[in-house]
Amino acid sequence: MTQAEVAKQPVVSVENLHVRFVMRDATVAAVNGVSFALEAGQVLGILGESGSGKSVTLRALMRLLPPARTRIEGRVRVAGHEITAMDEAALREVRGTEIAMIFQEPMIALDPVFTIGAQIAETIMRHEGVSYDAANRRSLELLEMVQIPSAARRLKAYPHEMSGGMRQRAMIALALSCRPCVLLADEPTTALDVTVQIQIILLLRKLQQELGMAVVFVTHDVGVAVEVADRIAVMYAGRFVEVGPTEAVIDSPAHPYTAALLTSTVLGSAFGRRLEAISGMPPDLRALPEGCSFAPRCRFSEDRCSASMPPEFAPTPERMTRCLRVAGREIDLGGPNLSERNTSRP
Amino acid sequence: MVDVAVLPADSAAAFKRAQQGKSYWRRVWERLRDDKVTLAVIGVLVMLLIMVVFAPWFTMHDPYTGSVLRRLKPVGTPGHWLGTDEVGRDLWARMVFGGRLSLLAGVMPVFLALLIGGFLGVAAGYVGGLVNSAIMRLTDVLYAFPSILLAIAITGILGSGLQNTILALTISFIPPIIRISESVTTQVRHLDFVEAARASGAGPLTIMRYHILNNMLGPILVYATSLISVCIILAAGLSFLGLGVTPPSAEWGLMLNNLRQALWVSPLVAALPGVMIFITSMCFNLMSDGLRQAMDVRL
Amino acid sequence: MSVAKDAALLVGAPRSNVRGKPGRIGTDEVIGQTRPLLAVENLTKHFALKGGLLNRTKAVVQAVDDVSFNVQTGETLGIVGESGCGKSTTARLLMHLIPPDIGSIVFDGLVVGAADGGLSHRDLHRQMQMVFQESYASLNPRLPVAMSIAFGPFVHGLAKPAALKRAMKLLEAVGLDPILFANRYPHELSGGQRQRINIARALALEPRIVILDEAVSALDKSVEAQVLNLLVDLKAQFDLTYVFISHDLNVVRYISDRVMVMYLGKVAEIGPVEHLYRDPQHPYTQALLSAMPSMDPRRRTLKAPLAGDPPNPISPPSGCRFRTRCPFAEAVCETAPPALMAPPGEELRAVACHMRVPGSGHSRAATVVSA
Repeated sequence: MTQAEVAKQPVVSVENLHVRFVMRDATVAAVNGVSFALEAGQVLGILGESGSGKSVTLRALMRLLPPARTRIEGRVRVAGHEITAMDEAALREVRGTEIAMIFQEPMIALDPVFTIGAQIAETIMRHEGVSYDAANRRSLELLEMVQIPSAARRLKAYPHEMSGGMRQRAMIALALSCRPCVLLADEPTTALDVTVQIQIILLLRKLQQELGMAVVFVTHDVGVAVEVADRIAVMYAGRFVEVGPTEAVIDSPAHPYTAALLTSTVLGSAFGRRLEAISGMPPDLRALPEGCSFAPRCRFSEDRCSASMPPEFAPTPERMTRCLRVAGREIDLGGPNLSERNTSRP
Repeated sequence: MVDVAVLPADSAAAFKRAQQGKSYWRRVWERLRDDKVTLAVIGVLVMLLIMVVFAPWFTMHDPYTGSVLRRLKPVGTPGHWLGTDEVGRDLWARMVFGGRLSLLAGVMPVFLALLIGGFLGVAAGYVGGLVNSAIMRLTDVLYAFPSILLAIAITGILGSGLQNTILALTISFIPPIIRISESVTTQVRHLDFVEAARASGAGPLTIMRYHILNNMLGPILVYATSLISVCIILAAGLSFLGLGVTPPSAEWGLMLNNLRQALWVSPLVAALPGVMIFITSMCFNLMSDGLRQAMDVRL
Repeated sequence: MSVAKDAALLVGAPRSNVRGKPGRIGTDEVIGQTRPLLAVENLTKHFALKGGLLNRTKAVVQAVDDVSFNVQTGETLGIVGESGCGKSTTARLLMHLIPPDIGSIVFDGLVVGAADGGLSHRDLHRQMQMVFQESYASLNPRLPVAMSIAFGPFVHGLAKPAALKRAMKLLEAVGLDPILFANRYPHELSGGQRQRINIARALALEPRIVILDEAVSALDKSVEAQVLNLLVDLKAQFDLTYVFISHDLNVVRYISDRVMVMYLGKVAEIGPVEHLYRDPQHPYTQALLSAMPSMDPRRRTLKAPLAGDPPNPISPPSGCRFRTRCPFAEAVCETAPPALMAPPGEELRAVACHMRVPGSGHSRAATVVSA
């Protein structure tokens, strides 16, 4: 697709995605009806806790899930390709070139027995068919782009010789080597120290703006989502329970789960006050109840919440919520307004 | 595990009501239940064991008396359904009684090696340092000899007979058991729950008993059953070479040797002991595989 | 050399803790110095990396270097730092899971490990226990959880039935119904439940001080809140003292009375929590606090406060270990390691930075530098 064609329609379009894992004794409903669209140059942050299905959703965009056990339904279109309809060989051409992924643990992506330079060059040569020298030059450019100091020397370094932050940058360089238009990021900063995390966040933001990529960024950390995303989708039990622009979601959440998540996050000056923990536990994905999955833990829930799964409401054109009561303006979540509570920032 | 009966009245009542959890071994058993092949194999082995232990009930002839007139009768002869051997003894009786010695020589060495090697391996793994180095380097020295040669050398020095066979095979199997138990112990030793146990003030022996051994049992069991299958063949091999069990005792390897000349005359009869060795060894091997599969429980 | 001998620097003077009410300790009310529950001096641990043909020492990891601090009865001391700072090693040194190379630990006036009149390691373990980070390896997968909890008292001589009874009571204390959970195995429980078991295990020996090493780090945020509430309740209920180690600055701020910041095996700064968070004195602390992601989408972070990764503790920089990343580093920082001292006018805090020591030779010394 040419850049002009890509710019006309959403780069990522997901319609009613369902992903189920068929195991020996049960079927796990990991993703239960996710739909969203992402324009080029936009960053969507998927916020959720463990078991919410966020990583599975991300991998489904590239069909990186074990084929034997996985059942995918729905339509996924990325960069003009119908991911759900393609065969494995065609997918391999698209992965790494037009769609790239970065992981929480860089050693997933980096081969320990090859130098960084060799790995990047190999990817470039495989997908773009250029000579080794040209690929090497491009590797050097990439390492400089991700701000690795002494890039020329690091081309010949092995992954284990580099520190955690360096490896993360090397993995980002590898992912960007073939100029993808969509970048999928699966908690890339979770395992990093806080001073390194902010460097990687800023780097990703800069690269995203320079290269005009669409990014889907999965995280469980509200702060990271706020720093990175233009829009936030909050995920619970395999569904998006709320989607909206970052400011709107943080300032005035439109779903009780989002509100509870924001207030239970430990922030500065909350000493002396008990944290408002969300009672109960996430539902068992092998036996999801009828109706709203959050209802058993929600303090606003009523009988009709558990009767059937609430559909997606759009209280404003930019926002989506799956809460009956919020959509019907019966409850006001009031917004904890985190920007005021955070007194530790200069 | 918790012994409910030991508790005083008030908490015993509470404990009895306490919901029983599903332990690791229970999950292994559940997975094993679904594995038809392994269950069949275990069934075969159990049947074999019963027949071998209660041999007189299963055979009609004495395994030691033969008659030159009835030499090398073929399979299917009335009265001797598996034929007779080169001295006229009933082959079926010889096989069943022979199973006693063959199984004994196959299982006992592994069991003894488990006791000795297991202890040394856990000690090496837990204590570390010089003790570890000393034990492991000694193991390396013994490892340098192929097990069959080691066994031959030992029986060669000590002489043949069942006891020496068992001794020789035990010594051959101690090094691999030390290796694997040291390896597992070293892995488990550094896990947080062992550190927590040390932080509670427990001594090494207590920790080994409550925390290390029960985590080691799985891999060791798998390894031991696969060793048994090797041991049966080695024991039979030693007897075949004349270094193991001596005639007139019945033993499969010995029978194979004795029936060698009869191969041209009555091949089926001559091969039967070999078939028995194969079946038994294979069963232990498959059981080992099945156990390994069942134990690969994702926690 | 060790200025830490001056107890006043490191003692947050405690306000008497009214039972049942969590109180903030060490800020404004200075009643008087009491003997600290735990006094650590000059704690040092270096690990030798061996390798090569003859297993010779190739390099030395200076994991913890001359660390000194006190913990007052009833307070929560938070220890923060990034990877390689030595906080986990410090925890294990306190628990005597690894022996220190140099240094002493004094518990309630008794020297740990001293042959005469000191505190034996076994007795130390009855007074001080540790809660580990939650993982599948934090509980023995082959034992029912009640047995894991009862193990400690059982080892110290309590009969099995009595030990199990105590385990059941503790299960209740940490919010798990003993009927439902006593006989369960770790793999049947969620992360939050397993961490409650870890806490119950630590409390089984009725210790006075509990070290929490990244106790909530592996938990989801909503579960983290539940467990933190539990920890605060238990502290009041059982009259405990906490040493709370974490890399999460928000959590440490929430739960601690005083905070100690570590960098590459040394203490950078220590002081009452609000003072430290509102007015950090050490450049590393300042960088650490401003590196936290912003919660306000309109005021996103524009510049990373520090470049590069935390360096390797194998060959730390000479002098001040932070100088390679410090924006204010000067020649004196390279030659002389800064001592942990109270800045002028603030007795409750201590900072290891040449800028805060008048007359140290640093161009910014004797001028007040704020964040």
